[in-house]
Amino acid sequence: MTTAAAKSPRAARREARQASTAAYLETLTLPEGPAWLTGLRKDAMSRVAELTLPDRRDEYWGYTNPERLIAQEVRAAEVFRITDEPPMYQGIDRLKLVFTDGVFDAEASDSLEGEGLEITRLAEAGDIHWAKDLYGALEAKGQKPVARPLAALNTAQARDGVLIRVTGKVSRPVSLAYYRKSESATAVLHHVVKLEAGAELTLLENGPVAARSSMCLEAEIGDGAVLHHVRTMGRDHERKGVTNLFARVGKGGLFKSFSLSMNGRLMRNEAMVWLTGEGGSAHLAGAAMGDGTFHHDDTVFIAHEAPGCESRQVYKKVLRDGAVGVFQGKILVEQAAQLTDGYQLSQSLLMDENCQFLAKPELEIYADNVKCSHGSTSGEISPDHMFYLRSRGVSEEEAKLLLVLAFLAETLDEISNDHIAEDMRLRLRRWLEKHSH
Amino acid sequence: MLEINNLHVKLEDEDKQILKGLSLTVEPGSVHAIMGPNGSGKSTLSYVLSGRDGYEVTDGTATLDGEDLLDAEPEERAARGLFLAFQYPVEIPGVGNMTFLRTALNAQRKARGEAEISSGDFLKLVRAKAKDLKIDAEMLKRPVNVGFSGGEKKRNEILQMAMLEPKMCILDETDSGLDVDAMKLVSDGVNALRAPDRAFLVITHYQRLLDHIKPDVVHIMAAGRIVKSGGPELALEVEKNGYADILAEVQA
Ligand SMILES: Nc1ncnc2c1ncn2[C@@H]1O[C@H](COP(=O)(O)OP(=O)(O)OP(=O)(O)O)[C@@H](O)[C@H]1O
Ligand SMILES: [Mg+2]
Repeated sequence: MTTAAAKSPRAARREARQASTAAYLETLTLPEGPAWLTGLRKDAMSRVAELTLPDRRDEYWGYTNPERLIAQEVRAAEVFRITDEPPMYQGIDRLKLVFTDGVFDAEASDSLEGEGLEITRLAEAGDIHWAKDLYGALEAKGQKPVARPLAALNTAQARDGVLIRVTGKVSRPVSLAYYRKSESATAVLHHVVKLEAGAELTLLENGPVAARSSMCLEAEIGDGAVLHHVRTMGRDHERKGVTNLFARVGKGGLFKSFSLSMNGRLMRNEAMVWLTGEGGSAHLAGAAMGDGTFHHDDTVFIAHEAPGCESRQVYKKVLRDGAVGVFQGKILVEQAAQLTDGYQLSQSLLMDENCQFLAKPELEIYADNVKCSHGSTSGEISPDHMFYLRSRGVSEEEAKLLLVLAFLAETLDEISNDHIAEDMRLRLRRWLEKHSH
Repeated sequence: MLEINNLHVKLEDEDKQILKGLSLTVEPGSVHAIMGPNGSGKSTLSYVLSGRDGYEVTDGTATLDGEDLLDAEPEERAARGLFLAFQYPVEIPGVGNMTFLRTALNAQRKARGEAEISSGDFLKLVRAKAKDLKIDAEMLKRPVNVGFSGGEKKRNEILQMAMLEPKMCILDETDSGLDVDAMKLVSDGVNALRAPDRAFLVITHYQRLLDHIKPDVVHIMAAGRIVKSGGPELALEVEKNGYADILAEVQA
């Protein structure tokens, strides 16, 4: 091979991307904040400049066009009030923090106090704060092995969010509720959760957020600590957004995250989890259902860095009437991570012929004594199952409903709290009833 | 009760005729048995009667209590009292056995304009019926047929029949895969349901089942038709000599 004297097309392309990214960043202003935060935001800006904004040609953006997630102009979206849906997490005593149009809403929120909890609003973080070692740190670490420029952009641009430090076993969940009032507002939120060794927390998220949103959650889960995370999105039809989840799990720690997504236009849910101490566990699950213009993307990486850890990825999608589902998932097992137990499942149920499921399931293993499995399928409802149910008198509609819920059941099994799992099941059922034709 | 007249059925996607002029009448209160060589069309008959997709009726009729069966949806047929115990019951992961039983029972009640059964009454009912069939509580909790042994699946079919109390029960080789004790249990279950306004069509390969469930009429089916009908002694003859003699006699 000879090296050409002229600039390679690749280098030229990279230069062009850097230039357009720089031009994009020019138009942004950094939110105000204490010096430490400003510093971290500037660092994040530099990361974006270096990584450049995502492009269709990038390895993990082949299935989802990032264009509408970064376009300067955000199309207004009809306000979907949270009250259009039956209340979430009803009957669960919880500490509720409300964000309206992406800004913390003190009036609608409970006071930021709870036993075993230290909560600060990001916009009000002072000059000295425990989160200064964490804000943007996991996001920065998560730029490898795959660049996540939208997460870095979030770190730079987020005006609000919460910083939660958990020092004990907290039984009352912290619930982040996102309300909307404006048709055009965009929201950039960044939360940091730190669980000290042995601490425990359930973190709930729900609500329509904004016309376009970028949400980042960084979670540091100490040795033996447990974080349950449940996120519900839906049924706002015009939702567009990206979420980035970063979690580092210490020795014997447990991280469980479940995400429900109904309707919406374009959602990209990214997750990057590291199992860094022996015996740690991470379970990530997602149920997504949508029709028509629905485009839902789950891009999930779990890195096993320590021996004897266990991880599960369980993602299921029900697609109808032209909807597109994307799953990109990787189990990465480092050389040190002997006796890893990794499981990955991604499935789609195609309710008609126009739908598409695009999957990129991957295993990357450098240790020799591991147990890893992955499977990815898409298919229709089994006619044999339908007939069996109908032959017992169950109507066609009800049979379909039962079978779709059955298909999704495995994801709900990943929710530890039965009460919440049942709530999710009812929500899914309601959506299906509304959309059965 | 069940009246089938000159039924001709072919596969929808294939040029293959399976039922070729089958006629059969089952009176209320009776038990009819159908025996016949593999591939003669016994299961096809049961599927066509219960409304499975994939078949095309090219000629003939089938009625239940004088009303046409063949144009009705499977769930309508069920609500009208037709029940098929499958030769190969399917496993349905994710759908709990109890949820399934309850949904089916209530759907049929609703179709007949009856009120839903209360959870308390349902539980009592299902426990009692399951106990008779030696189906333990743990099996009831599992997803429909998932991880059930062959015999357990068959017992689960009979449990569904006992719960739904249909009036026309078709049993497709319910005895195959059953051990001797289970065969007794299942037969007792069927016999308990025998009533003047209920009839059974029992498809089987073995005389043994018919020792427990005494048939009024035995039919021999071959190549898509009933070729011979008679009393219980016909089953004994098949058991002893196979089908060769009967088929030769019919062809002669
Ligand atoms: N969907 C199908 N596709 C192709 N062939 C079929 C189909 N359904 C039935 N057949 C054929 O029709 C014939 C009758 O099948 P059927 O299952 O009704 O027989 P059977 O009498 O129940 O046999 P067995 O005693 O083995 O249960 C067989 O030759 C079978 O292969
Ligand atoms: Mg058969």
